[in-house]
Amino acid sequence: MKKIVSLIALFSVSFLQGQVTFPVNGATNPLHTTYAFINAIIHVNEDVIINNGILLVKDGKIIEAAEKVALPKDAVVTNLNGKHIYASFIDLYSNYGIPDSKKERIGFAPQMESKIKGAYGWNEAIKADMEAYKIFVHNKEQADIYKKAGFGVVLTSSKDGIVRGSGTLVHLNNTKENESFIKDKCAAFYSFNKGSSTQDYPSALVGAIALLRQTYYDAQWYKQSGDKTEYNISLDAFNQLQTFPSIFESNDKFNNQRAAIIGKEFNVNYILKTGNNDYQRIEDLKKTGLKCIVPVNFPENYDVEDPFDAENISLADLKHWEMAPSNPAAFEKNNILFCFTSADLKDKKTFLLNIRKAIQYGLSEKMALKALTTNPATFIQQQNLIGALKKGMYANFFISNKNIFEDDATIIEHWVNGEQNKFSELEMPDVRGNYEITTDKQKYSLTITGDIYKPKAAVKMDTSKVNASFNFNNPLATLSFVYDSLKTVRFSLSYDNKTKNFIGTGFWNEGNKFNSTINFISAAEPVKSTSVSAKKTPTIGNLLYPFSSYGVETFAPTAKEVIFIKGATVWTNENDSIIENCDVLITNGKITNVGKGLTAPTGTNVKVIDGKGKHVSAGIIDEHSHIALTQGVNEGTQASSAEVRMGDAINPEDINIYRQLAGGVTTSQLLHGSANPIGGQSAIIKLRWGQNAEGMKFENADGFIKFALGENVKQSNWGDFNSVRFPQSRMGVEQVYMDYFTRAAEYSKTMEALSKPTGKQAAGKTPAFRKDLELEALAEIINKKRFITCHSYVQSEINMLMHVADSFNFKVNTFTHILEGYKVADKMKAHGVHASTFADWWAYKNEVMEAIPYNAAILTKMGVNTSINSDDAEMGRRLNQEAAKSIKYGELTEVQALKLVTLNPAKMLHIDDKVGSIKTGKSADIVIWSDNPLSIYAKVENTIIDGKIYFDRELHQKASEYVKTEKARIIAKLLAEKQKGAAVVKHRSKKRQLYHCNTIEGVSEEETGKR
Amino acid sequence: MKTNYFIYNLKLATLLVTFLSFNCYKLNAQTVKNYTAFINCIAHIGNGEVVDPAIISVKGNKIESVQNAKGIRLNHTAFDTVIDLEGKHVYPALINANNVLGLHDAFSVRATRDLNDVGNINPHIRSLIAYNSDNKITPTIKTNGILYTQVTPRGGMVSGNSSIMALEGWNWEDAVLLEDDGIHINFPALSERLQNEEGGEDKAKKRYEEELTSLNNFFIDALAYYNNANVSEKNIRLESMKGVFAGTKNLYIHTDKAKDILTSLYFIKKHEIKKPVLVGAKECYKVLKEIKNANVPVMLVRVHDLPERTDDDIDAVYNLPSILQKENILYCLQTAGDSEMEAMNSRNLPFLAGSAVAYGLTQEQAISAITMNVAKIIGVDKLIGSLEDNKLASFVVSTGDILDMKSSNIVLAYIGGKPVNLNNQQTELYLKYKNKYGIK
Repeated sequence: MKKIVSLIALFSVSFLQGQVTFPVNGATNPLHTTYAFINAIIHVNEDVIINNGILLVKDGKIIEAAEKVALPKDAVVTNLNGKHIYASFIDLYSNYGIPDSKKERIGFAPQMESKIKGAYGWNEAIKADMEAYKIFVHNKEQADIYKKAGFGVVLTSSKDGIVRGSGTLVHLNNTKENESFIKDKCAAFYSFNKGSSTQDYPSALVGAIALLRQTYYDAQWYKQSGDKTEYNISLDAFNQLQTFPSIFESNDKFNNQRAAIIGKEFNVNYILKTGNNDYQRIEDLKKTGLKCIVPVNFPENYDVEDPFDAENISLADLKHWEMAPSNPAAFEKNNILFCFTSADLKDKKTFLLNIRKAIQYGLSEKMALKALTTNPATFIQQQNLIGALKKGMYANFFISNKNIFEDDATIIEHWVNGEQNKFSELEMPDVRGNYEITTDKQKYSLTITGDIYKPKAAVKMDTSKVNASFNFNNPLATLSFVYDSLKTVRFSLSYDNKTKNFIGTGFWNEGNKFNSTINFISAAEPVKSTSVSAKKTPTIGNLLYPFSSYGVETFAPTAKEVIFIKGATVWTNENDSIIENCDVLITNGKITNVGKGLTAPTGTNVKVIDGKGKHVSAGIIDEHSHIALTQGVNEGTQASSAEVRMGDAINPEDINIYRQLAGGVTTSQLLHGSANPIGGQSAIIKLRWGQNAEGMKFENADGFIKFALGENVKQSNWGDFNSVRFPQSRMGVEQVYMDYFTRAAEYSKTMEALSKPTGKQAAGKTPAFRKDLELEALAEIINKKRFITCHSYVQSEINMLMHVADSFNFKVNTFTHILEGYKVADKMKAHGVHASTFADWWAYKNEVMEAIPYNAAILTKMGVNTSINSDDAEMGRRLNQEAAKSIKYGELTEVQALKLVTLNPAKMLHIDDKVGSIKTGKSADIVIWSDNPLSIYAKVENTIIDGKIYFDRELHQKASEYVKTEKARIIAKLLAEKQKGAAVVKHRSKKRQLYHCNTIEGVSEEETGKR
Repeated sequence: MKTNYFIYNLKLATLLVTFLSFNCYKLNAQTVKNYTAFINCIAHIGNGEVVDPAIISVKGNKIESVQNAKGIRLNHTAFDTVIDLEGKHVYPALINANNVLGLHDAFSVRATRDLNDVGNINPHIRSLIAYNSDNKITPTIKTNGILYTQVTPRGGMVSGNSSIMALEGWNWEDAVLLEDDGIHINFPALSERLQNEEGGEDKAKKRYEEELTSLNNFFIDALAYYNNANVSEKNIRLESMKGVFAGTKNLYIHTDKAKDILTSLYFIKKHEIKKPVLVGAKECYKVLKEIKNANVPVMLVRVHDLPERTDDDIDAVYNLPSILQKENILYCLQTAGDSEMEAMNSRNLPFLAGSAVAYGLTQEQAISAITMNVAKIIGVDKLIGSLEDNKLASFVVSTGDILDMKSSNIVLAYIGGKPVNLNNQQTELYLKYKNKYGIK
């Protein structure tokens, strides 16, 4: 710690003294010139503007910035004639001068361990020891691009790994790196992206999150642990990082929340490097209270000329194109502290253009400037050195011809650390106007228009206009144009500022020279430039929740507080079984009465649904689903991934949520895949379309975890390369469980002991305890606080897992798939395990060759609580039909069949006290069907969750119409852009990603097989 | 229906024939002998008509007639056997088009798979000979009333020949109904390439153009070969293509996207393909008029599939059959779409038709879509596809509506007059474990 402080001190001192350690070749050249900029409009910061002020600069620092200052006699004075001076912008999310990391993977075999040699941590993605200041080198070309965009200082860092080490704050000056540092280690960087790591773990977002959380815990333990048996460079560095501001690359509205949740757990207020879609969930972002670094990479214009191709662009992408420029304004409106970054831009030259666009879309100029200067400086606690034009601060500023947020404002000079960078003439003569060209043959008229710094020319011959090429580099100019079919005349000219004429030599096509004068006739009409914020704000469509087709415009679907379903056939799943001509009363999200001839409530808040000819059932519950998940369903890189939580990767925008609502599904268990014996913790959600990830989670549900057996976990169908990871046989699978549960039991014992401190422990003499997320989840199983859902097929392995559980004195909660369950139904009944199976799938691999569609019926008849699940986004929307197959195969009654997808899965998920039947007091999770719900002809008319209508077939027609008209509206807008001459790009839609049990990111389906 | 010599039409609408006095066989009938009558049933003809109550007479391996029993007295002595179906439904044998059934067992085990081969243009490949009449999946398909399949090769751009097989047979020779009925091509897919090709739009377009050019060139060569009476050197690839130009083989063009469909229609015209069929055609609803004008039948994508895009209507795929029906385009349903699952899933063919009813078809239209229409498209409608005179006596008897899983219960099935064994490994295992546990 001391070392760092002294380093900082060293740097500050070096600037003050101007002493250097480097030998000089030749005579030394000490310079301490004072520069004075007078008649300037000085933007001290976003709040203070000095009109007609003076800026004094010396030795890289600001001496004074004020209205009246005594000019030192030796000062080099520049009269700015009303030009603007701004403090240099600061980019906190740069990779300037830091080399890219390359991913170099050799071969296809799994890489279980880190390939980094030395006393580092176990995972390559934890690059806590990376220190940007040690590898930083200037790059003049890049620096110029930054400076032309207004940036004088960048916080640059490596963008590789989940923990990315420290970034360094540097000036974009042209001197030795030694003279560029403001702060060597300035901030710590994190992300969800493993970067160049070739190690398998983590392969999914859930794994990345688990790895980061475990690293925090490991580092805490490492810090506290008295008797170190392990020296660990990565953990040591990680602990050092904790003293700096922490910047987290989230890049997306939902990742913002994921990062915030981690931050909360470890008491870290991350500064989020966001994406460009934050406006879509800005309320959620506001609630985190976190500061943000915001890019301005607005989507490019899509080419929509081809109608069929244009149809492939989703409504969400079209709306995002329209709304993304309003993203910065949304931050301001919601009082979220933010700064800008030029990161993510394809071309940094568009940075200022896009800032202006953001202003046009509602951001105030004041906030724009604040987000470019004061805010970034404050975020990294350097507000006394950079980000404003105040006495004693670094002389980082640029001069622009006009208000920098006006359309044609240009940065003329950019001074960084007192060092001048000249990009164009300070006093550029305005040559725009009308001229007469005199040659030795005939006369032509010339008109110069366009930007004062990049004028364009047009030449008129008699009455016909010809294009001319004109280049002006005061005082020299060249001009050429075609004067006779293929013949070109060229001029070499110089400009006379007084007469406003160009004088020089002309060259005819044949080579004959002549003296030429181009006489000024009249000035161009002055073009009125308007400030961007004075322009009309474009009208844009409304937000949707979720931001997808079929989303709604308000958070929760419009709902009456009371719903009364009148005279329907109600499948209660209770003792009354099916009641004809029955009423159901729903109040405040709960079922409050069920029966015949209820009195209909009255009032404006009552919605009455005529149930005549309709059927009402409890909402469908899918015990085994992989919808609504993002960035990987399997963390199958290790035999156990008990530490990962599917709840971290919920995607509330998956269209399959809506599609399944239309199939009557109200609750789903989102499971980890089946790539390893011990998978991850599942998330039980209600399909509350429109809510955020947290809002979808089933309140107070028990924790579950996915286990898996058989071909997938022993990697039988993954190709020959995958024969490295233990286990590769069913024998090994058993021993994986025995090993992990033995360790978890030990862990549990230690934890328990620590929670009751004895005399010795209270005295603080015990070694620190390392919180292990993986063993903790497994200990919860042993302690009956977490419950297993196990992917299983063959009788032998089913039997085995029940024995393993018995030997650790717990029970397996559910066998899922369980296609040979019928062979061991008696044993399952004895163990008390639930079964969740497919209706009729088989033959897709060897272990399902003895699957039978009668499985659900046999298990049910044997007294095993049984459900039918989907494991498939398509089948998930017609689970009622899958349940009905048990009538055909095994002759279950209709009531029994419907329970397979309603009450029975509720029981196995321990939520049958809340959902699963139509009973007074339960949640109003209800489906209204057009027909007997077990019939192939039945359609869902309404799906109600918590008493709110989330799917309504009539409203759906309107939603479809909205999708059509809204797309047409935006497409028309895009067509207009193209006609105006805007550049367009082809849209590339992502291929739909549907997850099954055995979907591995990066591994093709052909290699993995499925399910 | 023609009046046959053994039936006396008494022209008395109220007089119904009763068979109680006859010695009728019940449902466990073993064999159709020379001449059998199935009485007291609801006959779904397959062409959109229903005959209720019906008498179906079967002579040898063929249907002799299907008669409305109302006002008819049956001369029972004319028959060897009379089977009283007690009001059950009779359907033509269901036909499973475009499927790999018979080409694999446990899908993930490479050794059991015979779906495709090396090479991009393989018109000489014949699925027929790989069809394993004893494969493990077929018995479970028959149990649900699907009695014929079009065994279809996969892979490459030109995949090879399919054949029409009965699901009963000692071997493929015995099972085949129509040998090499057509050649299947996976038509180059521009939008798929644009979405998935690495290396950007230009590369994707280039690859697509290359594919399309090579397909066109192949067809040009094949036509030249077909027109040449004195071929100097025999080419088995081109030999196999002759039927396509002669009009004896269908050309099955597998393609989904609107633009690709349009390109394929142009391809059909350009190469003067006599009997083209579109397979998949998920976006047919965008180019209906063009398909209609080209008079090309459609083997529709599995209707139990997800909409292609987020924006598509939730019912986009469910609605396709009724859209084609309304447009009067000849189409049929099929279960393919996911090679590892399609064979075992083909037993759900009737339920796809059921879904189509929920989304706009009539019952009988839906039945046609898995019987008569299939037969027409694959060119076997003279033999099977409907309960009409002189067709093979291949039909299915169910106690309830065959399109709805909740009522579908198949009790009898015949292929060419021969009874089909409806038991399979799964029903046997069911029995075995019911007995073990003593449950009903």
